[in-house]
Amino acid sequence: MSVKVSMKVNGKPVSAEVEERTLLVTFIREHLRLTGTHVGCDTAQCGACTVQMNGNVVKSCSMLAMQAEGAEVLTIESVAAPDGTLHPMQAAFKEHHGLQCGFCTPGMVMNAIDFAKKHPGASEPEVREALEGNLCRCTGYHNIVKAIMAGSKAMAGAK
Amino acid sequence: MSASLIGARVQRKEDYRFLTGAGQYTDDVTLPHQSYAAFVRSPHAHATIKSIKIDKAKKAPGVLAVYTGEDVAGAKLGGLPCGWLITDVNGQPMKEPPHPVLAHGKVRYVGDHVAVVVAETQEQARDAAELVEVSYDVLPAVVDASQATKKGAPVLHDIAPDNTCYVWALGDKAAVDAAFAKAAHVTKLEFINNRLIPNAIEPRAANGHYSRADDSYTLYVASQNPHVERLLMTAFVMGLPEHKVRVVAPDVGGGFGSKIYLYAEDVVVTWASRQIGRPVKWTADRSESFVSDAHGRDHHTIAEMAMDKDGKFIGMRVHTTANIGAYLSTFASCVPTILYATLLAGQYTTPLIFCQVTAVFTNTAPVDAYRGAGRPEATYVVERLVETAAREMKLDPAEIRRRNFIREFPYQTPVALQYDTGNYDATLDAAMKMADVAGFAKRKEEAARRGKLRGLGYAAYIEACGIAPSAVAGSLGARAGLFEAGEIRVHPTGSVTVFTGSHSHGQGHETTFAQVVADRLGMAVENVDIVHGDTSKILFGMGTYGSRSIAVGGTAIVKALDKIIDKGKKIAAHLMEASEGDVEYDKGVFKVAGTDKQKAFGEIAFAAYVPHNYPHDKLEPGLNENAFYDPANFTFPAGSYVCEVEIDPDTGVTKIANFTAVDDFGKIINPMIVEGQVHGGLTQGIGQALTEGCHYDPETGQLVTGSFTDYCIPRADDVPSYQVDTRETPCTHNPLGVKGCGEAGAIGAPAAVINAITDALWSMGIKDIPMPATAQTVWKAIQSASKKAA
Repeated sequence: MSVKVSMKVNGKPVSAEVEERTLLVTFIREHLRLTGTHVGCDTAQCGACTVQMNGNVVKSCSMLAMQAEGAEVLTIESVAAPDGTLHPMQAAFKEHHGLQCGFCTPGMVMNAIDFAKKHPGASEPEVREALEGNLCRCTGYHNIVKAIMAGSKAMAGAK
Repeated sequence: MSASLIGARVQRKEDYRFLTGAGQYTDDVTLPHQSYAAFVRSPHAHATIKSIKIDKAKKAPGVLAVYTGEDVAGAKLGGLPCGWLITDVNGQPMKEPPHPVLAHGKVRYVGDHVAVVVAETQEQARDAAELVEVSYDVLPAVVDASQATKKGAPVLHDIAPDNTCYVWALGDKAAVDAAFAKAAHVTKLEFINNRLIPNAIEPRAANGHYSRADDSYTLYVASQNPHVERLLMTAFVMGLPEHKVRVVAPDVGGGFGSKIYLYAEDVVVTWASRQIGRPVKWTADRSESFVSDAHGRDHHTIAEMAMDKDGKFIGMRVHTTANIGAYLSTFASCVPTILYATLLAGQYTTPLIFCQVTAVFTNTAPVDAYRGAGRPEATYVVERLVETAAREMKLDPAEIRRRNFIREFPYQTPVALQYDTGNYDATLDAAMKMADVAGFAKRKEEAARRGKLRGLGYAAYIEACGIAPSAVAGSLGARAGLFEAGEIRVHPTGSVTVFTGSHSHGQGHETTFAQVVADRLGMAVENVDIVHGDTSKILFGMGTYGSRSIAVGGTAIVKALDKIIDKGKKIAAHLMEASEGDVEYDKGVFKVAGTDKQKAFGEIAFAAYVPHNYPHDKLEPGLNENAFYDPANFTFPAGSYVCEVEIDPDTGVTKIANFTAVDDFGKIINPMIVEGQVHGGLTQGIGQALTEGCHYDPETGQLVTGSFTDYCIPRADDVPSYQVDTRETPCTHNPLGVKGCGEAGAIGAPAAVINAITDALWSMGIKDIPMPATAQTVWKAIQSASKKAA
């Protein structure tokens, strides 16, 4: 059975006929060819598929595209400025070497931006706790935590 | 460009694409007319295949083809080869059972490939895979290596009736036994080095594409070594000429060893693409990764150290049973032997060492190299023995190490390796200072007041990296050379593209290698691009594993650079009307000695491509050189780690209060990247020590820890922020003086953590604790010790 879904992704209205069971991440990756959002586990554990929906972060591998009907979805491709300038959180990840293979990075950045917005001035243990749902196998988290602390500060300063 | 780029914390060139979602991983590659594969996998650990019915699957919506083991056998696809021949104690070759790409007759582990379905979409392929009806006769299974060698155990392969692949030994047993006979003290431990599941966050993926136009294949694959993948696939499995196969390993989301190997899926999608005339893509889901990626470690070891009355090590005896899983994976055979026993001297002058290894087939996923590969297992043996010996002999654990440190180099160990350089006192001193070992007693007291048990443990590791001198590896059974290749292409306007056989999947080669080249050529890092991971672009390559990239791949680049500079000097001499012998080169400038005449590197590059005024009688135009480098020896990174833990005796929860790592990686090109490698390695090592343990059900052979909810890779709040530093003794036999840094953390950390935990629990009579030391394990140990004491 196919169904029509319509939503706004990265500010652009999109709609498509998809199977009812199509996951949001499949819609983003395969139908829209926005491949920055990754699939690492299919079970909402690793967070590589994290996107923003209606102002909150969600794991796009664990919901149907239909559930995002009418929603405003933001993916990693929307985070840098249109001229390519990195968002302060992206810049902090680069400056503090908060990424290695890059596979978990889009999900990490999406989660970090949301967290920093909602929890300005969070402590290191709070940042570590906030990363419970984002797995990284490369960095040991040390530099991700540093990057989020710095990126959070930069975001607060930029307001 | 005066400031050196060597040792500079240059931000990574690759980050922009990863941070903006522009990375291109294998699953991101979707080709025109793409089709998708799903594998039917065995639900049984051991069974005879009675029949496979594919009719229903074939008729399912969107299905293009279904293939079974009979189809691939009929197509004369060979089995997956093993790249290293081990010769056993009787001079016989190891047992090498066939490793078919789709099971034929029998399945031997849960997850073994039985059939493949190719369909229009991934969902259709997966749906149809469920319609393939396989009828099995289930056989008894064995998952534990020690059980598998017992009489009456289920037999996996007819050619190995005792399930033994080989019994291999290194060292003079009689001499070692004699040393033990006169020892003042012997420390003995028996433990399991726990089986691990690598879990790179990018699951494995492969996309094969046959082109009728030129009768050639392209395989996109998440691989650490595309040339090795191609060599194995063409020469050993498919019987194709290499020039008809291109292997591309684009961005790869972590490897840790698990993406070195040639896997069945890679072969099947490549072969199937020709059968159906369309590209075929397969991407593992996480459950498939858990059951079918090659696992790591899984040793059962009895280890003994003999000491004289002063705590000098006089002999060491190690017996290990290594579980290698159901089939021999690509490098499975050399991990528990060549990469393990040769490291048992550690940082010490132990004069006599004997090690015997029995490698055993079991009904589990194949086991192969995982970050460290043999060296974490060796370090665990050595450093657990050393620390336990110190405690038993009432010596300070740092002091017993100092009494035994190797201090003269080069040093020939009794286990084949010759260390070229090192300074183990320097790293231990620095680590102790950084970890404030002097203040530990106070912290322990303070913790005790809060009802917590605090412990401190060391690990002083050594590893052999930069694998390897090909002749040495060949004499030990390697079926491949282990050199590396590099090419420097200078463009007419002076920018540079570098092609390297090393592959980067998180290590930051695109930056580190660019620093090496830009520094030498006196240009900005931005003007140097590093290309890797494509057999059609790169002349050859052995790939990335064993912390070899900078030491071997980097040196190949430096050798190519030397040729570029040599040729540049000749061009410069001509342009400046000087004798070639008078031309000096320094960071981008060719000068005539003793004069003010000079030419910039860019001018020389331009002259090479616009050769109007050019020594045509002596030189070809162009500025493009390549080099192969085969190392003269291994490199020997070493370091000292200090771990401080705090245990809650009521819950058994162990918190790492502090972790300090001081490593000697020789010269360091980019300290930021090196620190990142250490952080990641430490976390995997801490994962092994505290949270990660692969578990198969002993009766059914089912993988119990088959998801991230059952198998705990460390989360951010499982690990601390680290204190890391380096000391430097440059490698003596490569021009950069580099040793490699990728695996150190994973090698040293497990022993340091367990030494810290056992330090905290020693007074309760707890001498050892198994890995992973989960809260439950520690709590149980404390409970049973308290009962004994009561």
